[in-house]
Amino acid sequence: MTEFLQHLVNGISLGTIYALIALGYTMVYGVLKLINFAHGDVYMVGAFAGYYVATALGVQREPTLGKAVLVFLGAMVATGLLGFLIERLAYRPLRARPRLTALITAIGVSFLLEYGFQLPSFRAQAANLEAALRGWGVVVPAWLSAALAHLPDTFPPGPTPRFFPEPFERVDWTVLGGVHVSNYDVVSLLVAVAFMVGLQLVVYRTRFGTAMRAVSFDARTAGLMGIPVNRIISGTFVLGSVLAGVAALLVAGSRPRIDPIMGLMPGLKAFVAAVFGGIGSVPGAMLGGLALGLGEEMVAGYTSSSFRDGIAFAMLVVVLLVRPEGLLGRVTVEKV
Amino acid sequence: MIRALLLLRSLAPFLIALPVLWAVQRVAPADWTIVLVTMGVNVILAVSLNVVNGFAGQFSIGHAAFMAVGAYTAAEITLAFRDVQVAGLPLAASDAIVFAAALVAGMLLAAVAGLLVGVPSLRLRGDYLAIVTLGFGEIIRVLIENTRALGGATGLSGLPPYSTVVWTGLGVVATVVMARRLEASTQGRALLAIREDEVAAEAMGVDTVGWKVRAFVISAAFAGLAGGLLVHKILLCTPRMFTFVRSMEVVVMVVLGGMGSITGSIVAAAVLTFALEWLRGLDQYRMVIYSLLLVVLMLTRPTGIFGTRELWDYLPRWMGGRRVAGRTP
Repeated sequence: MTEFLQHLVNGISLGTIYALIALGYTMVYGVLKLINFAHGDVYMVGAFAGYYVATALGVQREPTLGKAVLVFLGAMVATGLLGFLIERLAYRPLRARPRLTALITAIGVSFLLEYGFQLPSFRAQAANLEAALRGWGVVVPAWLSAALAHLPDTFPPGPTPRFFPEPFERVDWTVLGGVHVSNYDVVSLLVAVAFMVGLQLVVYRTRFGTAMRAVSFDARTAGLMGIPVNRIISGTFVLGSVLAGVAALLVAGSRPRIDPIMGLMPGLKAFVAAVFGGIGSVPGAMLGGLALGLGEEMVAGYTSSSFRDGIAFAMLVVVLLVRPEGLLGRVTVEKV
Repeated sequence: MIRALLLLRSLAPFLIALPVLWAVQRVAPADWTIVLVTMGVNVILAVSLNVVNGFAGQFSIGHAAFMAVGAYTAAEITLAFRDVQVAGLPLAASDAIVFAAALVAGMLLAAVAGLLVGVPSLRLRGDYLAIVTLGFGEIIRVLIENTRALGGATGLSGLPPYSTVVWTGLGVVATVVMARRLEASTQGRALLAIREDEVAAEAMGVDTVGWKVRAFVISAAFAGLAGGLLVHKILLCTPRMFTFVRSMEVVVMVVLGGMGSITGSIVAAAVLTFALEWLRGLDQYRMVIYSLLLVVLMLTRPTGIFGTRELWDYLPRWMGGRRVAGRTP
């Protein structure tokens, strides 16, 4: 029983993270009918943005609540901006084209972020370039190499993992006779739930949310009704990306290892969660995320942890075969 | 008589290619053969992926997994029969038989894997299919990595060096002939119809899922052939050779050349292989360049270089150019 409760706790805490990421997929899919392949990488960028802000503020030396809030805000601003830019530069020009075109672009953007972040820092790259030029007998003017030496030497971060500084001291509690819960689990659950409730309010209680649902229902007609479709789509991307940034920080709290490809697996799994819940449906994404988190923890706990990554894809295949519209999804009829 | 002529006609590409390949193999310096074999392997991969992505218009991004299945199957067979000589045959001929059998077995097993993946996933379309093939691709690789009989993460080493320019070249010819004939056949028409409009094709009585699965299986088999050829040149077979990055490389080749254009795939695969060979020192930029290429290409010329046309569609008429009226650009 204790074991079951422990898996339940772990599963819920993992599930809320998946749910936060899945919300971004589902909202973007809702308005654009596009799977934003780069969403997992937005999550990765969120973790790194938080890392850079935390390092700049010196969180390792002296963690305070104010700094933790600043780290969160920094990551949210960075991911929001990234989401906006991705939509504006990569997806909007292709909106009228076949969906396959946008999909290939999304894959391209995803790889650009993953592998761009794995490059050595700009300063190291400039130094390499200078050395190569010197090798070919090209003289680099002194003012240029002085300017190049001011390039950032920690960005891009390169392929080696970094470790996220602890924003506050870790406290472990044992409750109900043997179930381990840390203050990180509690904070992360509370923050995740707060953001989900907030999102629910935004989607169902504000003008923006109403416009978003209208665009999702029928973008053309929504445009004819005077809804600024482009602005709503931008806003949706920003909102989804911000949630991914939040999720990244919540994960980084308990699993501090961050690297440029950390977004790949959570991204894919959150996508599965979104499909499971019914892609395009906000409550569906939350439900799917929780279901996936619980499923993974239970399977990993009771059988073998090497099956962990297989669960998501097994779930995807079953859902797509049995109920392709997902648990809470609408059945779409294909029109000619 | 007619039957013999037809047989000769279908064998002609191979009969013409054989002496050319043999001459190339004799002339090419040793360090060129690996580039040529890699290029051939990439052409096989790109053309075979084009059957699914280009002809049928289904976006699969898990090609490397089928390559891995073919590679491991072939590698296990040649390793098992490395020291066996077929009675009454010279060593070279015996080796050739073993290698050919290994390649065919690799193709068959890759086809089976393609069937297993294709049947559930090809009911899906577009983005769903892409993500499912990606997932399956990763699952197959993880399975291999965790199978001790296949060498786990370190893979198989000490493979006999059977792959040559001739073998790879024949593989390329076989793949291209397959793709050409498929495109011109009833099956090919069905696939093109599915690409152009799946709903309309289905309404016209095309068994869309069935044809898509068949295209997927054929494509997987040839990916397996490419895998078998590659590992017998590198003499090493590890799961790391068949990651997602490899699948992406092939996708970039197909998209760059133009989805649906066989010559486009060939040109793109050959050019990219050589470009990478020149840019060896820039290995860390490789994926960045690929991804930028994808995005920029989609934004500026989403049909790829050739679109669905072939190279000869661009030739002037007096050079044998045949700008077919019905071809969609």
